[in-house]
Amino acid sequence: MTQDKSILPLTVQDLSFEARGKRLMKEVCFTIEAGTRTMILGANGAGKSLLLRLCHGLLTPHAGQVYWNGDDSFSSSVRIRQAMVFQRPVMLRRSALANIEYALKLRNVPKAERQEHAYDVLKKVGLGRLANQPARVLSFGEQQRLALARAWAIEPEVLFLDEPTASLDPSATYSIEQTIDAIANGGTTIIMTTHDLGQAKRLGTDVMFMHRGRLLERARAEDFFAGPENDLAQAFLRGDLLWWKRKEPYPGGGVNGVVL
Amino acid sequence: MIEFSEAFAAAFQLIAHFDADLYNIVALSLQVSLSAVTLAAVIGLPVGAALVLLPFRGKRVVVVLLNALMGLPPVVVGLIVYLVLSRSGPLGVLGLLFTPTAMIIAQVILIAPIIAALTRQVIEELWTEYQEQLLSLGSGPASSIPTLLWDGRFSLVTTVLAGFGRASAEVGAVMIVGGNIDHVTRVMTTAIALEVSKGDLALALGLGIILLSLSVGINAAAYVLGDYAKKRMGA
Repeated sequence: MTQDKSILPLTVQDLSFEARGKRLMKEVCFTIEAGTRTMILGANGAGKSLLLRLCHGLLTPHAGQVYWNGDDSFSSSVRIRQAMVFQRPVMLRRSALANIEYALKLRNVPKAERQEHAYDVLKKVGLGRLANQPARVLSFGEQQRLALARAWAIEPEVLFLDEPTASLDPSATYSIEQTIDAIANGGTTIIMTTHDLGQAKRLGTDVMFMHRGRLLERARAEDFFAGPENDLAQAFLRGDLLWWKRKEPYPGGGVNGVVL
Repeated sequence: MIEFSEAFAAAFQLIAHFDADLYNIVALSLQVSLSAVTLAAVIGLPVGAALVLLPFRGKRVVVVLLNALMGLPPVVVGLIVYLVLSRSGPLGVLGLLFTPTAMIIAQVILIAPIIAALTRQVIEELWTEYQEQLLSLGSGPASSIPTLLWDGRFSLVTTVLAGFGRASAEVGAVMIVGGNIDHVTRVMTTAIALEVSKGDLALALGLGIILLSLSVGINAAAYVLGDYAKKRMGA
C-alpha cells in the first residue's frame, strides 16, 4: 500500500455529540501526532468509544471538527489510511484468511498478492494454522487477534482500538498487546480505549482522561501515572468509583472537595 | 374407503413405473418453478438488500408495499398477466399466452416480492451487526450489498426455497395464463385440479405425493443447510 502525504496530525476541535437530546461529547479538543500511542481512559459512559467513532468517521459530530492533517473533509483517501478494531470482533462468515483478503480487496490490493499477504499477517499473529477455519468458530481471543491481523494487513497509518482486550484472559491479553506493540513499532499511530491501567502503562506514550463526555486531562503517560493533575483522574487512578458530583465545577481541594 | 386405498396403490404404481404422463408433468412443473425462482432471486435478492442499505425517500412506504405484495392473490396476478399477454393486451404481440414462459412470468411476479421482503429482513439483521465494521474497512452501503448477500447466503437459501415452495404449490396464476394444456402447460397443481374434477384420483394422488415429497425435501434441505451453517460456519 503506497503512502502518500500523511493524514496526521489528527486535530479535534470543539467536538460535541448529542443523542436523544443528551450531550454525550462536550467540546473536546486535542491533537495527536504521528507515531504516538494514545490511551484514552475513563469510566463507562465517559465517551471514550464515542470519541473513537467520531474520529474514525463512523459518526458525524453535531458540532466541532475533526481535521486530518488540516483537512476536515474525511475523504475516502483518509478512510483507507485508518483501521479500527472493535470491542467485539465482527467476523465475516468466511474463513479467517478470507476475512483478511476481503479487507485487502477493499484496499485494491491485486488479487494475486492478497492470499500470500493475508497468510503472512495471520502467521504474525499466530493464527497461520487456522487460516482455513471459518472465522466465526474461532475462540473470542482468536477472533480478536484475527481482527487485529485484518487491521494490520492494510497497514493503516492510524489504528483505533476500542477496548480490544475487554473480557479476555491474561494470556490472550498478552498476545493482543504484543501484536499492538508490533503494529505500533511498524510506524502506525495507536489510539486506544482501555479500562486496564496496567495495559495503558505498558502500551501508551500519551494518556487522555475522559469523564462524562469531557476531556479532563491530556498528558504524557509517565506524567499521568506519576500523578495526574485533575482530581477526577486522581480518583480514577486510585480506583475510586466515579459516580459522584463535585460541589462546584472545579474545586481546589482535590478529591476532598467532592461529595461521595 | 376402498376407493381411497385403491387410488393410493394406483398412485404409487404410477410413480414406481415411471409413468410418462406423470413425469412429463413433473418435469414441466420443475422447469417452470425453477426458472421462476431463479429469475425472482436475481431480482429479489439485490432489491431486498438495496432496501436496507440505500437511503432514499419513501423507503418505509416501499417496505410496507413490498410486505403487502407477499400476500398477492395468485388468481389476480394470473388475471393481470393474462390481460397483458392476451392478443389485445400491450404485450399480446409476443404471443406468450398459454406458454410456459407466461407461467414463469406470473410466478416471478408472485414470488419476487416474497424473496425481496424476506431478503430485506435477513440483510437488515446482518447489516446491524456488520455496519460499523464494513464502513470502517472502507466499504460503502452500495458496495456492501454483494458482501451481505454472500454472508447471508445460508439464510437466503432458505428464503429462495420459500419462494420455490410457493411457486411449485401455486395453481391459480398458472391455470389462467398457462391454460393447463396437455403436454404444453400442464403442471402438477393444474393437473391435480383437473384430474380430481375428472375423477382420476390415482394420477391426482400420484402428483400430490410427488408435490408433497418435494415440499418435505425442500424443508429438509433448508433444515440441513441451516444446521450445517451453524455448526460449520458459526453463522
